[in-house]
Amino acid sequence: MDLIWQSLQLMVERGLPTTILLTLALLGMGLLMGYPIAFLQVYGPRPVRWLCRGYEQVFRGIPAIVLILLFHSGLSRTFGILLPAFASGLLALGLRSSAYQSQIFRGAIQSVSEGQMEAARSMGMSKVQAIRYVILPQAFRLSIPPWTNEFSSVLKDTSLASAIGVHELMKQTTLIYTRASYTEGARWVLVILILVALIYWIMTALGNAGLGYLEKRTRIPGFEMKGQVER
Amino acid sequence: MDTREHHALGDIVLRVENVHKTYGENHVLRGVSLIMRRGETKVIIGPSGTGKSTLLRCINQLTTPDEGKVWLGDCEMTSPKEDINCARARIGFVFQSFNLFTHLTALSNVRIAPMKVSKMPKAEATQLAMMELERVGLADKADAYPAELSGGQQQRVSIARALAMSPQLILFDEPTSALDPELIGEVLTVMIDLARDGMTMLAVTHEMGFARVVADEIIFMEGGSILEQGPPDELVRNPKHVRTGEFLNKITELYGE
Amino acid sequence: MGVIDFLGDLLPKLLQAAVVTLELTAGSIALGFVVGILLSFGRVYGPRPVRWFASGYIAFFRGTPLLTQLLLVYFGLPPYLAMIGIRISPMVAAIIGLGLNSAAYQAEYFRGAVQSIPSGQMMAARSIGLSRLKAIRYVILPQALRLVIPSWSNELIYSIKYSSLAYFLTGIQELMFVGRKEALRTANTFQVYIVVALIYLAIVLIVSRLLSMLEEHSRIPGLGIGRIQTDHRR
Repeated sequence: MDLIWQSLQLMVERGLPTTILLTLALLGMGLLMGYPIAFLQVYGPRPVRWLCRGYEQVFRGIPAIVLILLFHSGLSRTFGILLPAFASGLLALGLRSSAYQSQIFRGAIQSVSEGQMEAARSMGMSKVQAIRYVILPQAFRLSIPPWTNEFSSVLKDTSLASAIGVHELMKQTTLIYTRASYTEGARWVLVILILVALIYWIMTALGNAGLGYLEKRTRIPGFEMKGQVER
Repeated sequence: MDTREHHALGDIVLRVENVHKTYGENHVLRGVSLIMRRGETKVIIGPSGTGKSTLLRCINQLTTPDEGKVWLGDCEMTSPKEDINCARARIGFVFQSFNLFTHLTALSNVRIAPMKVSKMPKAEATQLAMMELERVGLADKADAYPAELSGGQQQRVSIARALAMSPQLILFDEPTSALDPELIGEVLTVMIDLARDGMTMLAVTHEMGFARVVADEIIFMEGGSILEQGPPDELVRNPKHVRTGEFLNKITELYGE
Repeated sequence: MGVIDFLGDLLPKLLQAAVVTLELTAGSIALGFVVGILLSFGRVYGPRPVRWFASGYIAFFRGTPLLTQLLLVYFGLPPYLAMIGIRISPMVAAIIGLGLNSAAYQAEYFRGAVQSIPSGQMMAARSIGLSRLKAIRYVILPQALRLVIPSWSNELIYSIKYSSLAYFLTGIQELMFVGRKEALRTANTFQVYIVVALIYLAIVLIVSRLLSMLEEHSRIPGLGIGRIQTDHRR
């Protein structure tokens, strides 16, 4: 039982902060890069759209672990660019998340009905104004549910950074259970892994709850009432 | 009974010259020309697909005509040098599907263009918006979101939104076609009041009752061109073309007088 | 030229490993399909404890990282399995881990598909005298299976990509593992990884294309217009 408490403590103190930090950094990076790419893909000229689509396909089609090793091991051994493990992980997973997020935002932008843009333009708004005041606010709200998904995926992907030595939750856990299997016996490995699974699960649940709250707060009144209005 | 007021013959607000538009194989607009003077109300009727909506959209350049020119007053809208946003601000457009901004309240919908396009300060824009909402009878719904309003109310808000920019001309693209029958009346009432107040209006609609009450002229379009045009009474009693008569009979059958 | 030699040496090894990757994928998605359908039926039609179990299972496998799950199966379970005399190879462990994970998502996709069938279908089936079981078999299931194709395709692509995690379970000669081995043998690590990446990309694109053709082929006009709104995987 002691082991359980000790392990939990170690996981939370040594591994969890990095995991959280990495998750937030990745989401942020994905957001900052994803939105512009999405806009370019919807409103940009043909070659730009083609480029964005290419970017999306590439970074979604390559497994995360390949990207991570490419940016860490590949860069350092071939080109002598040795990035700190956290940075390589951030770069690789960040580019990936931005590809996914750009797809989310693109979908949201495209679901805002065509008529909204027409109405805005008919009043004399420039394209930029229409995007800023009419399309964007609506697209943002529409993107929250799929984005909640992205949060969950990114959180889980951070575990892969352990492959290059980033000292996040999974790495810390493997250290713990490797030692435990010597000192306490191999049967404890399962227990420790279940513990870390619980920690991830709690974080996912908290994140989903938080985002669910955000969705409620920004919800446009009347949308859920729509069915009752036609009297 | 003819209850139209006679407007003094005003200057030319809109001139459409020989506009053509083709979509793929479909030559939707075949050399359409028309003139609107200040204070006039004209109604365009015709079978579906004859390019009526396309014509309206070519006027405010939501669709670019392939050939032909459009002038708003002195300003040639079809010229690439013209700042299209500036010109559009002077034309109001009312859509069949309302197209109110779903994330904004009725009040915000009406005041957003004065604020962002005409750069009016918020307080002034709010006052203006409330005035227009009152004009269409919806001042009490200022804080409602579009989804909370009935179709007729939404359309009236969209008219208020168009009015807020003090347009020289308002275009109506089948404003009542998407409404339940009992809601059509409230929108038509607003439109009739507007016409009587001297607004220059060009409307595509089937509502012959409306046309006969306020229209200075009815334009019958078929196959992408204007077949016939004239004052409502003349057109109804003495159509020059067979098709005009046929079409008018069909819609008065359906919609009643 | 250097490049030709480089590729000539590398590609056969990688392509052989790619076959293993495809084996892993096939095994895991098949396992996921079977378990997934069972889970989804349990969730919709089962008695209370079964529904609880199914929901819990799905929540666990969706809310925790795949890596954790794989390590659980590969390192966590064997000591217990040894007690009853079972030993599992790394390959089997990987397929079980990937498969059980896939099952959770497939269960959700399937449930979404069943739920997007209008309730009128079941009502009509019962009204013409079909029993509940027959109605499911002849009316609901065929439609659900077609509706689930887009999500299932997504899941297949996902499985191909995440089979790469088998690399953490040493001993499986799949693409990532072999790729890493080759990459670390040479100073051209970066290039090797690029080739590995390109092979994965190629597999993914080809499979996507095949799947869209399948979708087109099995499309019934009027069916499946609405996409299923469940959590789509990466």
